[in-house]
Amino acid sequence: MSDPILKLSGLEQVFDTKRGKVPAVGGVDLEVGPGKVLCLVGESGCGKTTTARAAAGLTRPTGGTVAFRGKDTAAMSAAERQEFRRAVQYIHQDPYAALNPTRTVYSTLTAGLRRHRKVSSKAESRDKAAELLRLVDLTPPESYLDSYPHQLSGGQRQRVNVARSLAMTPEVLICDESTSMLDVSIRVSLLNTLGRLRDELDVGFLFITHDLAVAKYFAWEGEIAVMYLGKVVEHGPTPQVIGDPQHPYTKALIGAVCEPDPDLARANRAVDELREADIPSLTDLPSGCTFHPRCPLYEPGLCDGRFPPLQPLHGRRLACHVVARDQGRTGGRGVPARRDGGGQVASWSG
Amino acid sequence: MTAPTTARGQGLASQIWTGLTRSPAGFAGTVLVLAIVLFSFVGPLLIDQHNPTDITRIWQPPSAEHWLGTQNEGKDTFTILVNSGAEPIWVGALAASMAVIVAVTLGSAAGYFRGRLDSALLQLTDVTVTIPQFLLMLAVVAFFEDIPPWGIAVVVGSTMWAFLFRSIRAQVMSLKEREFVEAARLQDLGAPRIVLREILPNMAGFIFVNFVISVNQAIYAIVGLYVLGLMPSGTPNWGLMIHKSWQENYYLNSDALPYVLAPLIMIVLFTIGLVTMGRGLDQALNPRLRER
Repeated sequence: MSDPILKLSGLEQVFDTKRGKVPAVGGVDLEVGPGKVLCLVGESGCGKTTTARAAAGLTRPTGGTVAFRGKDTAAMSAAERQEFRRAVQYIHQDPYAALNPTRTVYSTLTAGLRRHRKVSSKAESRDKAAELLRLVDLTPPESYLDSYPHQLSGGQRQRVNVARSLAMTPEVLICDESTSMLDVSIRVSLLNTLGRLRDELDVGFLFITHDLAVAKYFAWEGEIAVMYLGKVVEHGPTPQVIGDPQHPYTKALIGAVCEPDPDLARANRAVDELREADIPSLTDLPSGCTFHPRCPLYEPGLCDGRFPPLQPLHGRRLACHVVARDQGRTGGRGVPARRDGGGQVASWSG
Repeated sequence: MTAPTTARGQGLASQIWTGLTRSPAGFAGTVLVLAIVLFSFVGPLLIDQHNPTDITRIWQPPSAEHWLGTQNEGKDTFTILVNSGAEPIWVGALAASMAVIVAVTLGSAAGYFRGRLDSALLQLTDVTVTIPQFLLMLAVVAFFEDIPPWGIAVVVGSTMWAFLFRSIRAQVMSLKEREFVEAARLQDLGAPRIVLREILPNMAGFIFVNFVISVNQAIYAIVGLYVLGLMPSGTPNWGLMIHKSWQENYYLNSDALPYVLAPLIMIVLFTIGLVTMGRGLDQALNPRLRER
């Protein structure tokens, strides 16, 4: 595997609020390589967005590091930081709020190009803007260049947002729920556009979503990391995590996906029910494994003692005492699952 | 996917013009303001400036020769009125421009950068706001007896900026948290560009409306000083006319009615014109409202 462009190690983000310290992200290790997709999934409030914002350099993490091409972003020189700023772009969730209402599409797209003197004449910057619009399938570009954001639909706006990021020729795109505000058909077409960028321009993706279907569609050849209360609980290649979830939380997430077929839906009910529906408060995290008050596999004494480490298991990384112990007992039944990805997975834990 | 109706790239001037002419109220206001400005600045060049004292024609009623009659010295009231508008208008505009430029510059810097600059400027505005504007002007005028009109503009402007500073600062603080500003930061556009190109255009309507209101306030202030008789009575102006009407009890004389009412009507019309024009500008500078 080629060197990662973006590497998060032990990333922590604690917010100081009136109600006390809120550890939104508590130690996350992830990496994104060129042309690779890493999908971050989890329910609302689990720290996905906070992780993404720290990775994009929008907030300064309170602990751990974000490394860009092996270099810690906190210790960068101005020139290196500028390069990081260019290469790592972030696409917001809300396509309506992320475009300046007083600027035309042309002006929004080329602001960065003109600022960094990547274009020398008005004609050249218009050509460049048109090229960017074609990249994101907004054709004919001439009919969009002079439009204002309020004249565009949600999907068109999100494409403009993507095009603006692409103007910086990014190496990693961080998409924060970037498709969640679009309706389904437009969502798929935007995902296809993004997929083409990944394949043709070798852009790496850190893709945040709460929608497992989107994760499955977009990151089938990549990896999924499942977050729960600020920590990654399961991380591995998408087909394995979705097809054969090991962590009880991942199982619950997948079990919660609506199943249109009533027979299958009834069969799904067989999945172990969570013991509790409420998410614990971040200001008052449960002891040990933070999932134990809800976990169907909960075993007193084992789960509420200390937090399970994220360790290689079953061709992925997993944080669960019970599964780890059972796998250990059955003696390496998990080993065959470490097929080709095995070495890579083992290296993550280091 | 349908292409949106094409909007031509428009310059700021043409945007303002279309916006002003689109809404009837804005258009009426603009016409009114333009008319009074032309009347006061171009008018003096067109009329006969020879306006001698003539004791045989004291307090004449309006006639074809003297449109607004004559005043107590037999001088033509209309000629006096034409010559009276320029000074209040340019002094008011100068004071308002100063106040708006200072408030926008300091307000956006304080709101965007926060920190020590912000707290220092906030202290400064707290002090400025507590100084009674009119008393300060009275003191300054009493102290510098021969204060030129631009001096008055400086004094008026320096008391008006503080309120506007506060609202600009608050708006910048709210706008800079918006996602499009964050997106601009991701493009590494740099603070000056972000403030000037991303944030301020979103409050252009607000700034213009405040400029218009400030012109109004400044005109009131300067006319007020003349009315109170605190300013050197040099060039003719609306305030001086009101001052004379009041001090010499012209309002008790029905023949003097045109002389008493003329400056009041000019001020009222100019105020109404400015306010309606301000509303039209607000619409002109908001691309969302511009469509309708």
